[in-house]
Amino acid sequence: MNLTGAKALIKSLEYEHVDTIFGIPGGVVIPIYDELYQQDAITHYLVRHEQAAAHAADGYARATGKVGVCMATSGPGATNLVTGIATAYMDSVPMIAITGQVTTDLIGNDAFQEANITGITQPVTKHNYLLHDASEIPQTIKEAFHIASTGRPGPVLIDIPKDVQTMTAPFDYPKKVHLPGYQPTYEGHPGQIKRAAKAISEAHRPVIYVGGGVKISGASEEVRALAETILAPVTMTLMGMGTMPADHPLSLGMLGMHGTRYANYAVTESDLIIAIGARFDDRVTGKIASFAPNAKIIHIDIDPAEIGKNVRVDIPIVGDVKRVLQKLMPMLKQTRTKEWMEKVHTWKREYPLEFEVTGLRPQYVVREISRLCPDAVVCTEVGQHQMWAAQYFSHRHPRNFISSGGLGTMGYGFPASIGAKIGRPDETVFDLAGDGSFTMNCQELATAVAYDVQVKVAIFNNGYLGMVRQWQELFYDRRYSQTKLSEINFVKLADAFGAHGIRVDSASEVAPAIKEALAVPKPVIIDFRIEPEECVWPMVPAGAALNEIIDAKSGKV
Amino acid sequence: MKHTLSVLVQNKPGVLARTAGLFSRRGYNIESLTVGVTENENVSRMTIVVTGDDTVVEQVTKQLNKLIEVIKVSDLTKESYVDRELVLIKVTADGSNRGEIMQLVDVFRARIVDVAAKSLIVEVTGDEEKIVALIAMLKQFGIKEIVRTGTLALGRGPKVIQSGKD
Ligand SMILES: Cc1ncc(C[n+]2csc(CCOP(=O)(O)OP(=O)(O)O)c2C)c(N)n1
Ligand SMILES: [Mg+2]
Repeated sequence: MNLTGAKALIKSLEYEHVDTIFGIPGGVVIPIYDELYQQDAITHYLVRHEQAAAHAADGYARATGKVGVCMATSGPGATNLVTGIATAYMDSVPMIAITGQVTTDLIGNDAFQEANITGITQPVTKHNYLLHDASEIPQTIKEAFHIASTGRPGPVLIDIPKDVQTMTAPFDYPKKVHLPGYQPTYEGHPGQIKRAAKAISEAHRPVIYVGGGVKISGASEEVRALAETILAPVTMTLMGMGTMPADHPLSLGMLGMHGTRYANYAVTESDLIIAIGARFDDRVTGKIASFAPNAKIIHIDIDPAEIGKNVRVDIPIVGDVKRVLQKLMPMLKQTRTKEWMEKVHTWKREYPLEFEVTGLRPQYVVREISRLCPDAVVCTEVGQHQMWAAQYFSHRHPRNFISSGGLGTMGYGFPASIGAKIGRPDETVFDLAGDGSFTMNCQELATAVAYDVQVKVAIFNNGYLGMVRQWQELFYDRRYSQTKLSEINFVKLADAFGAHGIRVDSASEVAPAIKEALAVPKPVIIDFRIEPEECVWPMVPAGAALNEIIDAKSGKV
Repeated sequence: MKHTLSVLVQNKPGVLARTAGLFSRRGYNIESLTVGVTENENVSRMTIVVTGDDTVVEQVTKQLNKLIEVIKVSDLTKESYVDRELVLIKVTADGSNRGEIMQLVDVFRARIVDVAAKSLIVEVTGDEEKIVALIAMLKQFGIKEIVRTGTLALGRGPKVIQSGKD
């Protein structure tokens, strides 16, 4: 069967069970859009900025575990995707980005809307392709989905010149991939797993430190079983939140720069860190030389390059964390951690997360959203509100907290929430947003309204680029250089796009506003006018050790 | 310390850019990089000389292995291997010292491949030690230009690094 490249692409995507694409057309992808027009297996969502297409595909992928797909034209369309691709890369999100390219005879000539997108995205993709012939399409799509979704997942970009879309070639969708250089290790080394079991049985003060890899591997149950078997507390990175339910007695919440005191104390005093699907990011470890100074480290991760990258590891186990934990579990016994657990619980009692109750406090808003929609999928932007969302929402499900951790991309949350809601239409999806971040992709209100994607946006409106302001307050003598934001009427903004807007000025209006947002069958923005100069506490200043913690009492100057 | 890595890659466009990009992005120091096709036309072999301590080289190796088109990475430094580099050196020479240079070239088992009134070109093949030594000796006459291929290397003995995953 001979097909045009464009048709072969759509067919191949169908073979990969793609039913959702986010994108914007342009000159060199018209043949592909023409094929999309003539079929109905795939729904294309027209967004208003390609960055949002990438973030929506990413949010869709994180919420569902499926591969997200986004599409853009050459040149500016493709470069607009880059932030979204980099965001997905840093957080190991399976994503396929399809870009159009100028015709093969023009490549390299600085043709109209030409950008070397494979060159540009090389450092932020797991792999990428520039196609030269329509016959390459089926094999490439097969490989791309395989690469994006297996091993340590990540984004793969496929750049397709316009003439490749229109030429014809025989179509036969391959059953197998042949990638001699790509063979992820799934099974952990049995000898290392045995050593880990021994180290665990000898530990007195173990801490389980969980990253995003656990969600990706679907190993939350296993982590919980591990913790309960050996009686060890569990602390999570931003990417790991939700692995251990927040109200579980063994949960220590988040660690690191804005982690709980008790998580950071526990890590510092631990004699055995069991790191699972985590990568010892500097926001997590603080000053590396003082990180868990007395602990042995077991590191379980599917990516061998993460092991030993930032800290020395005593027992490395390369493999899929779920399979490794399943092998490890039967070797474990109840351990001698009673004293340790008592100590941990004392810390938990002594140093709970605390906040002021006067005025309209952001932490209170998060608590109320958590109380009224405990099972909501929570997306965030980047800044203070992101940390409050991590700290004060009672996370209970692994795939319900969606946040840009590695790249820290402002403007991520809202389009990601649209993607998440499309992927899980029956669930409540919230974007907990900062006023600064939200405006970076607020044009997507148009998309949400056009497709009736009823996401709820809670804007933590402090009138500042708050996280930067906090650093200026604490470390730059309150010189608020370029962090004060001008006033926006978010209710009118919602209205202009055909969404629903609510403004909240006091604590008593919080619960009614959330209920109203849930009841209104539209995308909704709630503009919470929070205390402008609230800070995120506790805090480990950049470069300090994890137990050098400042808080509202010690930190204010 | 210097490490000589032998890297088998799929012979596809963009592989060299990807590999070189990896080194610059992660801040590794490449001393030299050579690439050419192997006995299997679908596979190329890169010889990469990097400087760094063991942890750096371990990271380099792991990061190289993450590239989809990289089939195998071996650190030859861990075993016994043969390394060679080809260097062309243009030396200032006239009637007064040409003989002296030719003697030197003989001792090093190098060759003179071009002679002009005021210069000549020396071609030398050898391991690093030999090349460093010859260049040092030729300096006294005045070196005008040098071009080097970069190091090529193969492990000694019957063992072969095959594109084993193929
Ligand atoms: C795209 C992008 N630009 C700049 C930054 C740096 N940055 C980090 S947090 C922040 C402030 C975010 O402000 P806002 O969204 O209002 O959140 P708040 O901290 O006030 O809750 C900035 C500018 C970033 N993370 N991402
Ligand atoms: Mg703000």
